Order: sequence, then structure tokens, then C-alpha cells
Amino acid sequence: MFAYVVRRILATIPVMAVVALFVFSLLYVAPGDPAAVIAGDQATPDDVERIRQSLGLDRPYLVRFGAWVFDIMRGDLGVSIFTNLPVVTMIQQRIEPTLSLMVVTLILAVSIAVPMGVVAAWKVGTWMDRAVMGFAVLGFSVPVFVVGYLLAYVFALELDWLPVQGYTPFSQGFVPWFENLILPAIALGSVYIALIARITRATMLEVLQQDYIRTARAKGAGQPSILFLHALKNAAVPIVTVIGIGIALLIGGAVVTESVFAIPGLGRLTVDAILRRDYPVIQGVVLLFSFVYVLVNLVIDLLYTLFDPRIRY
Amino acid sequence: MSSASVLNPADVPQSAIKAAAPMPDIMPPVKARKGLWGYMYRNPSIAIGGTIVLLMVLMAIFAPLLWTVDPTALAPARRTREPSALYWFGTDMLGRDVYSRVVYGARVSLIVGFAVAVLASAIGLTIGLVSGFVRWADSIVMRVMDGMMSIPPILLAIALMALTRGSVGNVIIAITIAEVPRVSRLVRGVVLSLREQPYVDAAVSCGTRTPVIIWRHILPNTVAPMTVQATYICASAMIVESILSFIGAGTPPIIPSWGNIMAEGRALWQVKPYIVFFPALFLSITVLAVNLLGDGLRDALDPRMAKRI
Repeated sequence: MFAYVVRRILATIPVMAVVALFVFSLLYVAPGDPAAVIAGDQATPDDVERIRQSLGLDRPYLVRFGAWVFDIMRGDLGVSIFTNLPVVTMIQQRIEPTLSLMVVTLILAVSIAVPMGVVAAWKVGTWMDRAVMGFAVLGFSVPVFVVGYLLAYVFALELDWLPVQGYTPFSQGFVPWFENLILPAIALGSVYIALIARITRATMLEVLQQDYIRTARAKGAGQPSILFLHALKNAAVPIVTVIGIGIALLIGGAVVTESVFAIPGLGRLTVDAILRRDYPVIQGVVLLFSFVYVLVNLVIDLLYTLFDPRIRY
Repeated sequence: MSSASVLNPADVPQSAIKAAAPMPDIMPPVKARKGLWGYMYRNPSIAIGGTIVLLMVLMAIFAPLLWTVDPTALAPARRTREPSALYWFGTDMLGRDVYSRVVYGARVSLIVGFAVAVLASAIGLTIGLVSGFVRWADSIVMRVMDGMMSIPPILLAIALMALTRGSVGNVIIAITIAEVPRVSRLVRGVVLSLREQPYVDAAVSCGTRTPVIIWRHILPNTVAPMTVQATYICASAMIVESILSFIGAGTPPIIPSWGNIMAEGRALWQVKPYIVFFPALFLSITVLAVNLLGDGLRDALDPRMAKRI
């Protein structure tokens, strides 16, 4: 077990190295000369050269990469070209809305999608199954911002049940915070729900064929207990894996959802950074999201033993 | 793990889909209809999806003939008109005819979807084959692919677009790069399982050279999964293109694309929702059709997976 954990953690190092190399190269090949930008319009070529040397920009690629990785290890992601604030500070200011959105979406999506998939597998071939599958195809096809606008139009503009846009910090109370997040969370979660419902149904169909389900039925276990205790527990590993993999969808979707609902989070930060070509910020956000994604999937891998005691490392 | 359907069903673990329904002892007589209609009857997803995709392609090709006007013609005097007999989908805040823009916008979506599907398949196929056959390259290539896959695809495409000017070509390249790792993994998986097949062993023991084995025995078997995968990539690429354009990092605003029209309608969506509504509708229907086509092809080409997922 311990050896496996160590191996699995070590295995993420090359992955993170590739991500870091890619993100670093992004800035390296980015058009525009940071030294010239810092030197300003009045600078002579000599001034620019001096600044370039003082920043270490004249050093070879790999040396600069090493220095950059070292900076990251110390928690220094560079300084925004546009606002002159450290990227870490900018990320800290924007992280709460994005984190809230993701957590609410995750909880909402899993608590809707898993029962949907279980019911579809239980009632396979009936209208309920077809409805769930139909919804799944729709969820894969309708882009996040379309769902977002549709929900905002119906529930915020026409029915006036919920706020149209914006974000209220959690510190101002749970209800206003949640009211602002519910529509974005459903919009962002639609693909995710489709995905989880589909994999839940597929895995449950397989598990329900197993002998131990027949045994459970024979000993008189009730339908809910068979579905949720005997079957779902054994279907947990693929479902949880997909929940982890699907986080990538949430991250990509958050960028768009935050634009639609005017949520001042990391997604908005990314979009603004792109429009201003603020490369250090883009770098920082991409690096952070990728790191979180790898970490979540690492943790899920390590948690498999909890869901399925048959797995031994 | 891909995409707003940046994620697609082909990434779902195979182990989850293997169970087959129990067969009745006596199969009912098969009512076989022949010809095109029979085929469509048996595969409604392919028929419906294919028809809609075909209609969209025809619409994109014959856009000038479909009672459209110049989609970029400005007319400030008649801006933000509601949909009417004259302006079927209304006009935007610069007075451009939304109907014409939506019809022309199909061109960008379809070109991007198709080009990315072809390019990503070709590159992914090459990388997957090399990785599946050249032992020493495998671990290096797959570590690189793992790294690229751990950057969420939309974010990767956004980051790449930040490096270049917005143009349709650059959008295609950015989305292709984001899609390639998944295709490579799929092809590599197929190659590795095919290499264990007795007929490949037989070919090897007959002294068949590796290129011939790849060409005669491996490639033909990748066609079915690749076709299905390419369809899903196409759907995913159309969504990513619209997202890139929507946030202003994709197709340049001068070219009407569904994402661009929505981006322009964004400021006004609370009062003039139709500017956002029509491109959204067309985009959703097209992506839905391509996904249906993919599901249908998967069921038709891989009977084991049929009706499972």
C-alpha cells in the first residue's frame, strides 16, 4: 500500500513537469519583449539590453526554465503586465467565487446524476431510461453558455425567482451566496450531469447482472437496498473515476459560465488576461488549474481502496 | 475526458460497457427491410443526425442563395429590430441582419469541426501507431500526452489562442492540439490490444515486415473506432470554437460565426434575447446532430457497445 502511494505520487512528477514546460514555453514564445515593455517608450537599445540582463532574459532556455520552476516552488508566479500586482495575489482575490461555483456544481451534479443513472439502469428500456439517455445526449450537445442564458432568461428575467447575474461572498450569508450560484451551477453542471449519469447507468447495468445481486434479491433485500447498497457500492470505482476526470469539464466550463453570469472569479480573470495578452496571469491560472486537476485525480486514485475493498495495492 | 462535450463517451472505461443483455432462446424473426430506407429504419440516430448535418452543410454552401443579405453590411438606422417578416431573426446593434449572419456562421462552425476532426485523427493516429509499435518511444510520448491531458482542453486552446492572432486557421490548430492527446491514447490502446491477436502473431511468424503489418492488419481495425471518435471530436471542436469566439479569443469579429454573434448579443441579451437565441439554437442543433451521428455510428460499427452507453 505504502509503496503504491509513493509510486503513484512519483508518477505525477513527469506529468507536472510536462505541464510546467508547456506553460513556461507559452511565455517564452509569446510575442512581445518583456524587457522592452518594462523599459518603456523612451528607452535606448542599451537600456533594453541592460534590463534584459538584469531580468535574466538573456540566459538559455533551460536555465530560465529552472529559475522559473524554482520561483514557483517558493510561491512566486510572477507579476501581471497589466496591473503590476503579483499573480499570486490576483489569484487569491479571485479564488473564492470559482471555488464556490465548482463545489456547488460538483455536489449538485453528483446528487442529481447518480440517482438518474441508477434509475435508468434499474428501469432499463423504459421511458424513464430513454428520458435519462435523451437528457444525456442533450447535455453533451448544448454548450454551457446556451444553457446559462436559457436558465437566466427563464428563472431570473421572466419568473424573477433568482438574481440574474453577479456573486455574493459567502461571508454575507449562505442564502444570498447560494441564490447567486444555483443557476450558474446548473448551467455548468449540465455536461457533467450527462457524463456521470451515462457512466452510472452503464456501470450499474453491468453490476446488476452479477450473481451477488441475485443472492441479495433471494435473501429478501428490498429494491432500494439492492440498488444503493449492493449495486452502487460495487459500481463506485468507474463512477468516481469519471467524476474526477470530468473536473476538466468544470474548469473549462467555469471560464465561460463566469462570463455569462458576471461572476468575478478565476474564469473572468483568465478571459480578461487573454484579451489584454497578460501572459504571466494566463500562465499562473493554467498552471493552477492543471495542478488542481492532477491533484484531484491523484487523490481519487488513492481513495479507491475505500470504495472497493477488493482493491489492494 | 473531454469536451463541454469536450468530454465524450469514448473516454469512458471500456470495462464499464461490456455487459451484454441475456439472449432469449429463440430469436424473433428479423424483419429485414432492404435498401437505404431499411438502413435508416434500423439506425434512426444515423438517419436523423446525418440528415440534419447534411442540411447544415447545404445551408453553409448555398448561404448566398438562401434569401440572405451581406452578413457584414452595417445599417445603423435599423439596429436591434425585433424579428419580423423583413428581418427573420431581427437585426443586431449595428443593424446587421441576424438571419444572414446565422446562415453564414454555419460555415465557420462546420469548417472548424470538420478540419479539427480530420487533423486530430490523422495526427493522433500517427502518434498512437508510433507509440504502440516503438517500445522506447512509448513511455516518452505517453508522458507528454498525459501532461497535455492534464491541462483542461478548453484552457489549453485558450492559452494557445493567446499566443496568436485570432483567425479560423489558428482556431483549428489550437483545438487540434488540445484534442490530439485523447486520440493518441485511443489509437495506442487499440494497437496494443490488436498486437496480441493471433492473426498478428501469425503474420509476425510468417516474417511479415512491421510496416506491412501496420498497413494490412492494424490500420483497418482502427477505422471503426477512429470514425466514431472523429465524429465526437467534430462536435467538441464546434463547441470549443463557439466558446473561444464567445470570450473573444477565437474567430475574428469580422467573420460571422455563431460564437461571435452570441458574443456581440451578450451586452443586450436581457432586452434583445433573440440575438443570442438564434445562433445558440443553430449551434445546439448542429452539435446534437453530430453527436447523434456519432452514437449511431458507434452502435452500427461496434455491436458490442450498441445500446449500452
